[in-house]
Amino acid sequence: MTTVAAPNDSAYALSHLDALESEAVHIFREVAGEFERPVILFSGGKDSIVMLHLALKAFAPAAVPFSLLHVDTGHNFPEVLEYRDRTVAEHGLRLHVARVQDYIDDGRLRERPDGTRNPLQTVPLLDAIGEGTYDAVFGGGRRDEEKARAKERVFSLRDEFGAWDPRRQRPELWQLYNGKHAAGEHVRVFPLSNWTELDVWQYIAREGIELPQIYYAHERDVFARSGMWLTAGEWGGPKSGETVEKRLIRYRTVGDMSCTGAVDSDAFTIDQVIVEIAASRLTERGATRADDKMSEAAMEDRKREGYF
Amino acid sequence: MTTISDVTSAEQIAATSQLRFATAGSVDDGKSTLVGRLLHDSKSVLTDQLEAVEHASRRRGQEAPDLALLTDGLRAEREQGITIDVAYRYFATPRRRFILADTPGHVQYTRNMVTGASTAELAVVLVDARNGVVEQTRRHAAVAALLRVPHVVLAVNKMDLVEYAEPVFAAIAEEFTAYAASLGVPDITTIPISALAGDNVVTPSANMDWYGGPTVLEHLETVQVGTDLTDAPARFPVQYVIRPQTTEHPDYRGYAGRIASGILRVGDEVTVLPSGATSTITGIDALGEPVDVAWAPQSVTVLLADDLDISRGDLIAPTASAPATTQDVEATVCHLHERPLKVGSRVLLKHATRTVKAIVKALPYRINLTAGLAHESGPAQLDVNDIGAVVLRTAEPLPLDAYADSRLTGSFLLIDPADGTTLTAGMAGEAFAEPAAAGASAVEKEQEGWDF
Repeated sequence: MTTVAAPNDSAYALSHLDALESEAVHIFREVAGEFERPVILFSGGKDSIVMLHLALKAFAPAAVPFSLLHVDTGHNFPEVLEYRDRTVAEHGLRLHVARVQDYIDDGRLRERPDGTRNPLQTVPLLDAIGEGTYDAVFGGGRRDEEKARAKERVFSLRDEFGAWDPRRQRPELWQLYNGKHAAGEHVRVFPLSNWTELDVWQYIAREGIELPQIYYAHERDVFARSGMWLTAGEWGGPKSGETVEKRLIRYRTVGDMSCTGAVDSDAFTIDQVIVEIAASRLTERGATRADDKMSEAAMEDRKREGYF
Repeated sequence: MTTISDVTSAEQIAATSQLRFATAGSVDDGKSTLVGRLLHDSKSVLTDQLEAVEHASRRRGQEAPDLALLTDGLRAEREQGITIDVAYRYFATPRRRFILADTPGHVQYTRNMVTGASTAELAVVLVDARNGVVEQTRRHAAVAALLRVPHVVLAVNKMDLVEYAEPVFAAIAEEFTAYAASLGVPDITTIPISALAGDNVVTPSANMDWYGGPTVLEHLETVQVGTDLTDAPARFPVQYVIRPQTTEHPDYRGYAGRIASGILRVGDEVTVLPSGATSTITGIDALGEPVDVAWAPQSVTVLLADDLDISRGDLIAPTASAPATTQDVEATVCHLHERPLKVGSRVLLKHATRTVKAIVKALPYRINLTAGLAHESGPAQLDVNDIGAVVLRTAEPLPLDAYADSRLTGSFLLIDPADGTTLTAGMAGEAFAEPAAAGASAVEKEQEGWDF
């Protein structure tokens, strides 16, 4: 528990981090109480790491009653995959990996001309949910990330095609979440709905949570594409005309290497990251995600198709 | 004003409190402009978001950036120029974090304001200074009062269009304060503003020397968050039973939940409802940290002295203040779905962590939120966005509080058992703190264009 600053607050007011933590833990426990086969989407990115940390706290001293699912685009950062596997082993968790590469290899999916694999994750994700007969799928999505996500529910019902219909969302009142669903349908659950990027980082600092090192400033061979710094590598960059240079950068978000950009940064410590984010004039997706720059409704369209 | 982007060390933004609030008002009242200015002047709209809005505004042939596009996130909303759904917005100052439920401005979306108000500690109601308190203002005040939002702010907007005249503001403020107080709203603040010109939104107005109160943002930053819990009854709905059954914790049996109201202490004599079994709290785990006392809205795990048969759906409460259980529920409801609610409807009722079967026994009246809270007796059904009274019979007894005493253990949802659709939001007990006398039974037709 943390004391809070505002002089007029009741002696019982929680700090904003305690309030957000309590809300997220409540959501995890609601799902544990009402669903048969929940699963946590775990990519090794900061939001999914915070989700797992909250789940561990919610059920301690018992084990987390969920398994983990990762959709691997085949273009993930090796540092992140190493972190993922180490974390899974440390906590004795079960991890299921769905691989986009398998789908490309056997022809079920085709590589896009731009080489971006983010949109290709939807089919392996929906197949994995179906094969695992998962009825609740935790995602690390936050409402502050993007304007379509600002209208997402904490419990988001998906039909048998995984599709999101914003007009048919259930009103969500008080803290009464309605998880009723028919066979074949599932519910996406977003425990970090009300967190901002800054909240996530402050919570990571407060709880002393370890992150993959690429979230902190380091030197890296990068090249410029669409106004972002991309890591040079086997996935397909740089193309001719793009020059590689060594820069001091860090990643603000972690996803597919082909569409996740790094930002120039000298934030080596978590406190430096917090100050950098507070002063930033760009949202994390605006700064680092090529796929959201495609159109005004890029995220909405992907969500309708069953994306995270 | 200091904004959060001005800070130079992590400590300066370490721990603040959080305020959840809702806004009500139509585009015509300047709600989007107010929200846009709060976000913009607190530097919460970032460059890429502003560029996206400017770009979209230009493509629509508008010269100035339309700040409404910041909150209208869905394709259909942008194409039709309407807001379909509650949008949640986040902004921060060094003093506090804000979660804003921004609710749209059409009469058919009363459900959205009800949804936004259900979790709000404060509601901002907007009026146009030229029009004063109109029927939609009374409707907004009534929803805030119905949902027991503790703090209500009336922002009298467009003061620039009435020459910043104090008498105009004073008359509107007096009329609104009297009305909201009659509905039982405990704390009412009135602020004269111009959202367009920026008067009294974030920075104090140079045009209204006669006003000595806070700006909207100052008020949001300083209004009391949380209530004095000492008199509130303690309520602990059990979400989940934690039983590790490991060699390290062979006998650990903890009841996990989020305290819905009041304070729990180690040593409290408690009753488990609906069974009525009693025990004593021997330990409270506050997410890994053993504590002697915990309070709403903390998520904790409670340990009891006795091995009782307790499972999800049970409610733990101090024996001295345990609620009565009942199978006969009288409540005020807001109907949320196009499928109407009728006498005889078979539904599921979700209360705290328990879901039981229920049947609608009676629909005593429907309330017109604008026409002096007129009650229409015995409506044939409740339609979407209707507010009314309902009598239910449940299959099992429920430890239901009056909503006036506890928002979280006095509220419930009605769910269609056929497909899980959320039909109705319910609040046990009387609608308003001081119910207005039933007026004329004839309910005026809801007029087109009323707000929410």
